Amino acid sequence: MRTLLLLALLLAPALCIAQVSDPTPLQFRDAAEETRFHQLTSELRCVMCQNQSLADSNAQIAHDLRREVLDLMNQGKSDSEIKRFLVERYGEFVLYKPEVQRDTWLLWFGPGLLLLAGAIVIVVIVRRRGAGGGVASDDNQEW
Amino acid sequence: MNKSAMNEPGMNQPAPAPAPAPAPRKPPTGAFVFAGVMIALFFIGLMGLLYYGVKKSDTANRDALPSPLIGKPAPAFDLPLLHEPGKRLTLAELRGQPFVMNVWGSWCPECRVEHPVLSKFAMTKRVRFIGYDLKDAREDALRWLEQYGNPYLMVVADESGRTAIDWGIYGAPETFLVDGKGIVRWKHVGAVTDEIIENELVPLLDELDAGK
Repeated sequence: MRTLLLLALLLAPALCIAQVSDPTPLQFRDAAEETRFHQLTSELRCVMCQNQSLADSNAQIAHDLRREVLDLMNQGKSDSEIKRFLVERYGEFVLYKPEVQRDTWLLWFGPGLLLLAGAIVIVVIVRRRGAGGGVASDDNQEW
Repeated sequence: MNKSAMNEPGMNQPAPAPAPAPAPRKPPTGAFVFAGVMIALFFIGLMGLLYYGVKKSDTANRDALPSPLIGKPAPAFDLPLLHEPGKRLTLAELRGQPFVMNVWGSWCPECRVEHPVLSKFAMTKRVRFIGYDLKDAREDALRWLEQYGNPYLMVVADESGRTAIDWGIYGAPETFLVDGKGIVRWKHVGAVTDEIIENELVPLLDELDAGK
């Protein structure tokens, strides 16, 4: 049983490769298009290997989505239209830089709020300390 | 270093005795308590986050993306049937009654894991059970079904994976429930288990039946 399981695990990667996919490399019309494509795909997150960008990922779905992004670019779609296309299908998750909207307010402004809270704490402490008399000046200190 | 002190002759002599220290101040207790409370709150918050993360890491499909399609009309499709490539099936033809659509492929090891579970569920004839063969070579898919059994009412073949993008499919297995009006009601990413069918799918089907 264990040998069988091990064999299955060994074979699993081979099976994954057996998917049908278009092996032809992507064709760009010019360098500008290629630059735009790389810029756009590096801002999009791969849905399968979730910590890689669409540009970096070697997953099957990333191959297919790159092809789709290039198709949409050739259809004259703008970057934001292409992003909306993917968000409608795969959710906000695909954006490395999510839109500013109600459910992402905490994400966008949370760090600022924390910083502000820290600043308030420091101001309050310094004020209170100041009210109790400043630090005595000591001219004889050698530093 | 104090510059004037350095220029003085005999700088190795001990410095003159410092002025008598001022009377010790009362510690500002209020500020300390305030800071203490803030730090404690921050720490509790951090612990809460850690607890949430640990809890979440325990669930089987923690990496599954929530589908934005839930509650929205299912994306139209028009795909050839695996067994009769000449015939096609469209979403419109499936209207009127709910159906479950299971995305699989002969290349997908997890699909074999869920296959007995799905076969058992299909036997109950509770709902129309459609197979969606994703990015597969036709011969491989047919061989797979022959070998393990075909639980599906119909199987559509999406060889290019183009329609799968419209459905937000990013791998196999994935399982959808679409109601009679063509609204996506449920999606599961990863292998389906008996528990998932019992606790998630069947209650939803009951709900759909009751709503009619």
